[in-house]
Amino acid sequence: MNRRVIGAIVRKDLRVVLQNKGVVLPILLLPLILFVVLPLVVTLIPASLGNTASNSADLQELLAMISPGLRQQLAGLDLNQAAVLFFLVYMMAPLFLIVPIMVSSVIAADSFVGERERKTLEALLYTPATDAELLTGKLLAAWLPALAVSLLSYLFYGVISNFAVWPTFQRLLFPNAIWNVLVIWVAPAAAATSLATMILVSVRAKTFQDAYQTGSLVVLPVLMLLFGQLFGLMYFSVPLSLLLGVVLWLISLVLLAYGRRTLHRSELIARL
Amino acid sequence: MIRAATAPIIATQGLTRRFGAATAVDGLTLEVFPGEVFGFLGHNGAGKTTTVRLLNGILTPSAGQARVLGLDPMADGPALRRQTGVLTENPSLDERLSARTNLSLYADLYGVPRAEVTARVQELLAAFDLLDRGDDKVGGYSKGMKQRLALARCLLHRPALLFLDEPTAALDPVASRQVHELILHSARAGHTVFINTHNLVEAQRVCDRVGVMEQGRLVAVGAPHDLARQLMRALDVEIEVAAEDMVTAERTLAARPGLSCAAQRRGVLLVSGAERAAIPDLLAALVAAEVRIYQVTPQEPTLEDVYFALHRNREVSQ
Ligand SMILES: Nc1ncnc2c1ncn2[C@@H]1O[C@H](COP(=O)(O)OP(=O)(O)OP(=O)(O)O)[C@@H](O)[C@H]1O
Ligand SMILES: [Mg+2]
Repeated sequence: MNRRVIGAIVRKDLRVVLQNKGVVLPILLLPLILFVVLPLVVTLIPASLGNTASNSADLQELLAMISPGLRQQLAGLDLNQAAVLFFLVYMMAPLFLIVPIMVSSVIAADSFVGERERKTLEALLYTPATDAELLTGKLLAAWLPALAVSLLSYLFYGVISNFAVWPTFQRLLFPNAIWNVLVIWVAPAAAATSLATMILVSVRAKTFQDAYQTGSLVVLPVLMLLFGQLFGLMYFSVPLSLLLGVVLWLISLVLLAYGRRTLHRSELIARL
Repeated sequence: MIRAATAPIIATQGLTRRFGAATAVDGLTLEVFPGEVFGFLGHNGAGKTTTVRLLNGILTPSAGQARVLGLDPMADGPALRRQTGVLTENPSLDERLSARTNLSLYADLYGVPRAEVTARVQELLAAFDLLDRGDDKVGGYSKGMKQRLALARCLLHRPALLFLDEPTAALDPVASRQVHELILHSARAGHTVFINTHNLVEAQRVCDRVGVMEQGRLVAVGAPHDLARQLMRALDVEIEVAAEDMVTAERTLAARPGLSCAAQRRGVLLVSGAERAAIPDLLAALVAAEVRIYQVTPQEPTLEDVYFALHRNREVSQ
């Protein structure tokens, strides 16, 4: 594998893809809403409302549903603290995984299907780049930004949350062991899974929009994690996150091995 | 032209590519020699683009073999493509990027030595008259500019073998002429050029040899002149005679079977239907009739005549 060739494919894709507003807007807006606006709203609104009776009844009801293991993690905290910790660390964990999935799939949609739509694929196929180099370049062009955006999101989220919870907690919530595992281990795996899915989707999809919409369905299992935690079926912990990463890596490797077969030059050119 | 002594730069044996039930390229056996400008002629859908794809190892053949620059396109695709430059039918440029960026990214993809990239990009932009628009996005270029940029891109790595798929299809006459000059220039510099075209005037102007494709099959191959000789056995001859001998000349010629003869203008006759081999006899007959001949000009058939003759032959045989 030739690093210079792969680098050129990555740079070409990023320079092209990042000029598409349909790609840049979701990449900027989603993290902004999830990790800047949401923590502020969640922590500041209850604080400003004060502890009304109906408010705390709702919170108690919510915390009654979660799994006993998680309740143990929240033991010793007052109701407000427990609610904030539950929301900011546990409920936001599955939502965080939407970021690498969304970033990688929106970039991959434009880089895989958009390239065909823009009719720029043929010249690329005539270059000396091998099939493996082309694929690696295309995957990295979507995977690396997904990691970068995830990491930045975590940084912003951690800092903002720490500031926001200081009045209630008087201690720092982040860095947090579960989130460290999510960022370093699970987010890359989630991005890989959505990329491998996008390869399969891109074979059939006619347009960037088609591909992006179909590819976004990978988010559904993540939402299942969200509800699973809310209804006490599971909760995010370091071991569970490690395991989740392993599962996602395995899924993505299987999908990738399967998808690679459709990515021979000759198949691509015949389908132009 | 050098032939036979040199090994072919492209050699195919029964090269075939099917798409489902349709056969795009059907048993193509062809040789192209180093330094040649080879024209690949054919109607829409004749299989020209598919052939270029097969020869560059980006499409798998259904049957047959090919060797290009001594390499097997399927097995040694990357090594082969380092030495070929392909102008695709559609310019295939990144319209969201500038010309300069388009070129420098492809310089990396083709492995142009790093230290030379900037200079070579600059040189090509200048050569193709794109220097003052080099930093503008390609999306805003005219068709001609895009085509010139696409051509510049396929020369970045100084390929030994150039494939041009309908290089002038979208161009005005001035731009076409520039492209033709470039082709002839590359050929003089020792490059081999393989041109797909259905522009017969273009083929006649720039090609040393042409191959004619029809529905995936190669139906004729040779130098435009030789093809004309083989296929157009009868040709037109213009004969200039003394004005007062016109009547005698016409009468003499009309007596010979298979010929038709018309007065072009005062003193000039156009004789059609004469076989090449019969021309000396014909002139001898005129001399014997004491017609004073000033000039005899055979009207060499154009590639266009050849092309349509091939077509007629096929229709007759079907
Ligand atoms: N990927 C493909 N799938 C199905 N059929 C194809 C494919 N590529 C080419 N064909 C068919 O093969 C035949 C030859 O096509 P090709 O593009 O090689 O012709 P061409 O001579 O380049 O024509 P044109 O002058 O229109 O560019 C056509 O009938 C075309 O429809
Ligand atoms: Mg074609």
